[in-house]
Amino acid sequence: MITKPFPLFTHWDCRTRTLLIILSCIIFFTLIFLSAWLYGEQGLETNLELRKLPPCWEHPFGTDWLGRDMFARTLKGLRISLGIGLTAATCSSFIALLLGLAAAMSGRKVDIMVTWFVDVCMSVPHLVLLILISFVCGGGAKGVIIAVTASHWPSLTRIIRAEVLQLRSSDYIKLSRQLGKSPYWIARHHLLPHVAPQFLVGLLLLFPHTILHAAGLTFLGFGMSPHTPAIGVLLAESMRYLSMGLWWLAVAPGVALIMSVKAFDILGNNFRALLDPRTSHE
Amino acid sequence: MLPVIKFLLFKTIRLALLIGTVATLSFILVSNSPIDPVDAYVGDAILKISPEQREIIAQRWGLNKPPVERFLAWAGQLVTGDFGVSAIFNEPVLSVIGKRFVTSFWLMAFAWSFSGITGFCLGLSAGAGEKGLLDRGIRIYAYTMASTPTFWVGIVMLMVFSVFLGWTPTCCAWPLGMSADQATIWQRLHHLLLPAITLSLVGTAKIAIHTREKTIEAMHSDYAIFARAQGETTFGIVFIHTVRNVALPAITLQFASLGELFGGAVLAEQVFSYPGLGRATVEAGIRGDIPLLLGIVLFGTVFVFTGNFIADLIYQLIDPRMRNRAGATP
Repeated sequence: MITKPFPLFTHWDCRTRTLLIILSCIIFFTLIFLSAWLYGEQGLETNLELRKLPPCWEHPFGTDWLGRDMFARTLKGLRISLGIGLTAATCSSFIALLLGLAAAMSGRKVDIMVTWFVDVCMSVPHLVLLILISFVCGGGAKGVIIAVTASHWPSLTRIIRAEVLQLRSSDYIKLSRQLGKSPYWIARHHLLPHVAPQFLVGLLLLFPHTILHAAGLTFLGFGMSPHTPAIGVLLAESMRYLSMGLWWLAVAPGVALIMSVKAFDILGNNFRALLDPRTSHE
Repeated sequence: MLPVIKFLLFKTIRLALLIGTVATLSFILVSNSPIDPVDAYVGDAILKISPEQREIIAQRWGLNKPPVERFLAWAGQLVTGDFGVSAIFNEPVLSVIGKRFVTSFWLMAFAWSFSGITGFCLGLSAGAGEKGLLDRGIRIYAYTMASTPTFWVGIVMLMVFSVFLGWTPTCCAWPLGMSADQATIWQRLHHLLLPAITLSLVGTAKIAIHTREKTIEAMHSDYAIFARAQGETTFGIVFIHTVRNVALPAITLQFASLGELFGGAVLAEQVFSYPGLGRATVEAGIRGDIPLLLGIVLFGTVFVFTGNFIADLIYQLIDPRMRNRAGATP
């Protein structure tokens, strides 16, 4: 079927547009990290004269009950939340790659075990699993990272396993095996290059999930202390000032979080469009 | 009827295995945690008790026994239906879960059915008028919701409707200072409204995206094009041909998303201080109530399993293609 392109930017072809979108997403993230780094500590000092200011030119996100600039706090919080989400997503996608390859290549017993583990992990409600694991790890940023890592690998494992299983019956893999190559050699030289795009896209599309779940977990009070103001902590704090009408404390960090999650989502989907052989020709 | 029995048997065995694995794994996790159960139990009174008293508590709980023995004792009690006593509520775990779940149940039931119906209708109309204004609006809404944290939606709703407009109460499931039985049904509905709408807003997005894709697929299928060639209107195609094909996957998805509903309920209940199972989970996690936490993990597993089971069952009962090979596929 023929779909008409989106009316915006029609004078560029799809590929250029996709590349531009990817580029602008990357610039957006660099800006967040850079500005959080540049702002440093200077925006975090308390200034009791400027308490509870609504958003204005000097303080685009307003100030909180101690006179701290919310824009600086949001940037720092965003950096912490994104950092946690990215670390967790990277770890869990590598687990998924390893387990997916192992399940498909190391015989029936391993396969059954990995599939069962995937099923078990998916059968516990996600947030309950997160709470259990971060409780077991004793909270903290480490606890959140481990919890999010441990609960996000199953779906990607399934995808990679299915992909490898399909590849395994292809002729060149069979031939390679006939030539006496070990499963490890085949996995490294034939399978890994094949699943690499899938893996990359899976990793990118995992970011939004991990960032949101990490934020949810910190919001519930697992993990971060008020000294490391991740976005979840900022939002949990803002709850206490809602009834006093300090709406910007909740709105500004939330919108910033949504925007960055959305940017990751767009990034992932555009990468998929570029890398997936079924859509890359469009 | 034989395939149905086979199917049920398969599912029962699966559930038993699943509970066994989850119980074992979560026990291993919890018993290796750096949090000392006695410390967690004693809490603030930690300075007041002597090492001897701690020893007595540890002995009474059997903490000095090896983990395997402890696990067997715990599992043995689980089988008889004894989940232990919750430390923070000072009640048997099962009765805490039961009570809390009843409170959560209405919230989840309302959100689940509401999001299912609206999501389905939105997805259907978006898919029928592909690339139209409505479609674009629904898509923007759904994709934005997919990257919005549930708790933030809750905070915004709370801010707008409770703080600024004052239409709805700010907390709890019934008026402050009353017990659950004293509150009238209207008061309870009034308190339920905002958390339920929050949960629905998030749930709607997923089902709408899914339904939209399936609808577009159906609208481009041969039978739909043929119907159009015969002079059928878009309305007719949607209501006669598309709905039947789209409804089944949507219902299945809705049942299979019970796990996410549970997670959403945890967050929404936290925002609205709604005393349901979700809040109990958070409290159990933060205050180190291990028996309750393990109980909720097992309960959550059964809850999600039930959802998936019903989804499978509906497929078996309704879809004639599945009926022929019932029980054969997991």
